[in-house]
Amino acid sequence: MSAIVTIETEGLAGPPPRRGFPGVTLLRSTHGLQRGMLLGGLAVITLFVAVAVLAPLLAPYGFNADRAGGVIFGTQQAPGAAHLFGTTVGGQDVLSRVLFGARTALTVIVLAVAISLVVGVPLGLVSGYFGGVLDRILVLITDALYAFPSLLLAIVVSIMISGGRSTPFGGILAAAISITVVYVPQYFRVVRNLTVSVKNEPFVESARITGARPGRIMFRHVLPNVSQTLPVLATLNASEAILTLAGLGFLGFGIEPSAAAEWGYDLNKALADATNGIWWTGVYPGVAIVLVVAGVTLVGESLNDVLNPMLRTRGGGTSTADEDEIAIAGDLDPAAGELGSGSDATPTTEDDR
Amino acid sequence: MLILVTVVFFFMRVIGDPITASQGGRLSAVQLAQRRAAAGFDRPIFTQYSEYLAGLLHGDFGTALTDHRAIREVLVTNGAATLELSVWALLVAFLVGVPLGRLAARYRDRLPDVSIRTFAVLVYAAPVFFVGLLLKLLFSATLGWLPASGRASAGVEVALTNVNPKTNIMVVDAILYGDTSYVLDVLRHAILPALALGLLTAGVFIRLIRINLIETMRTDYVTAARARGVPERLVVRKHAFRNALVPVVTVMGMQIALLLGGAILTETTFEWQGLGYVLSRYLLARDFVAVQGLVTAIAVVVALASFLIDVINALVDPRVRF
Repeated sequence: MSAIVTIETEGLAGPPPRRGFPGVTLLRSTHGLQRGMLLGGLAVITLFVAVAVLAPLLAPYGFNADRAGGVIFGTQQAPGAAHLFGTTVGGQDVLSRVLFGARTALTVIVLAVAISLVVGVPLGLVSGYFGGVLDRILVLITDALYAFPSLLLAIVVSIMISGGRSTPFGGILAAAISITVVYVPQYFRVVRNLTVSVKNEPFVESARITGARPGRIMFRHVLPNVSQTLPVLATLNASEAILTLAGLGFLGFGIEPSAAAEWGYDLNKALADATNGIWWTGVYPGVAIVLVVAGVTLVGESLNDVLNPMLRTRGGGTSTADEDEIAIAGDLDPAAGELGSGSDATPTTEDDR
Repeated sequence: MLILVTVVFFFMRVIGDPITASQGGRLSAVQLAQRRAAAGFDRPIFTQYSEYLAGLLHGDFGTALTDHRAIREVLVTNGAATLELSVWALLVAFLVGVPLGRLAARYRDRLPDVSIRTFAVLVYAAPVFFVGLLLKLLFSATLGWLPASGRASAGVEVALTNVNPKTNIMVVDAILYGDTSYVLDVLRHAILPALALGLLTAGVFIRLIRINLIETMRTDYVTAARARGVPERLVVRKHAFRNALVPVVTVMGMQIALLLGGAILTETTFEWQGLGYVLSRYLLARDFVAVQGLVTAIAVVVALASFLIDVINALVDPRVRF
């Protein structure tokens, strides 16, 4: 939940930071339905992380095992006492694969979001702050990347990384990098555009006059003022990252099936089963994807609603909480704050101004 | 546009030359070199690049390495299939998304809103191939109402290949053929893929229309209409709804990228012989000449679409001027 922490500590401009656990303030500023959505999403995420961490303890068998103690499971066994979720075409235990799949998904998301932030944010800062030719070129490239269907981009990159052949080289890392390429342009755009609008503010100029170096100005003065939207963007990207990962796996460009359990790959294998009325091989991994993505999206949307004064419901929260929200979101223009609303499409509105 | 083409070209070349990629394990080094020389991949990269560009200008996208189909021909036949699927999907998205988004905005934070928003989140969260799998399970495996895959039954597909002029858009072909049962057969095959892809887009529509409508409902002219005693139903319909649609048009253009991405997955799920289907086949076969051609074409289509949307936007919204 470092996402929430960031907003609370860095976003406050006027009032002195309050003591106490930061997420609580945010939660208190929600109410009714919104709080329900946020809590529901958080609960799903907690469950997801717990399952991912504890997968080896929870799963009855290994994710790639088709036998235990010399007894072969048999293929496409219906759910029963030995296999709660049944077995797959390859004779693996569906429950074990679903549980281990959570581990794969979590690793990839964390890696993908982290890499996107580490690459996208500094690029956006530098590009927006210095402007000039570099800025032009970077904007052009990201625009071109942006016009691509994201899944296609991820596929092309995943092939590039594996050199046209599937190699065992860090399947998870390769998948994470493929996904990263899709999201770096989004962070770049948001940070760059906000940097451009912030860099002529008086506080940046005074920092410059006192002789601060560009690096210090960018990271100490500009960054805290452009980072308000990042938690929302990161949360929403995390949910898209799961979908992209599953899409890659489904089409056969993801992680090697023997290296890790992956929900998308399992769904691909389950497709033929569905035609024959075998439901358990596909439904469980599918439901897992839906649950996790929905959970993460709910949190992202709630954050967006709370942080964006344009969308706030009437009578929400206490008066102090309201002031905080305005302080947090005051610098944003509506288009920037609305990032979450149109999924991957909206950031482009930034460009119009 | 030029940048897009360039990016694609150099992206694909970074991977290595196409012959090595597709035949690497199977041929000896000498044979490989011969093949590469024959195809011209041993020349300086900028020569290849300028030649490729010149070809593109003449509408020549090259020929696939694996099955020797001209990419232009692939674009026309399979592109028509993707176009057909996209139109059906957009139709579903509109029919589902617009009324639901409107309802959700009008009953904000009450039961209809909550259930519609939950629906939108679920639809968004469900990968299109999972929705497809569920639809197949329900409608074709369990109920047996609808076919699970393909664009038409085998017999119908064969019959339709002889239609002249052939549009490759199955419904049109079937209508031209003049047999009602064929038209029905084609339509029945289209329902499940269109639902799967359309619901995905509908989720985006619902969220978008809801938020825009809510924001429009706060404007002064809506308040003014209410103050004049216009019934709430009419306020929504006449005053707010139309203005809320303006930004939706913009996002529609961007949805085309999403739709094409979703089409790859939907087509694979339902074995719908469209661009996405052949693209993933060529990708798995490491046929990078074909991939390069198709990817370029898709990028160009997306760029064109967003340009068109800008133009439409300028027509709809008088404040946008170039």
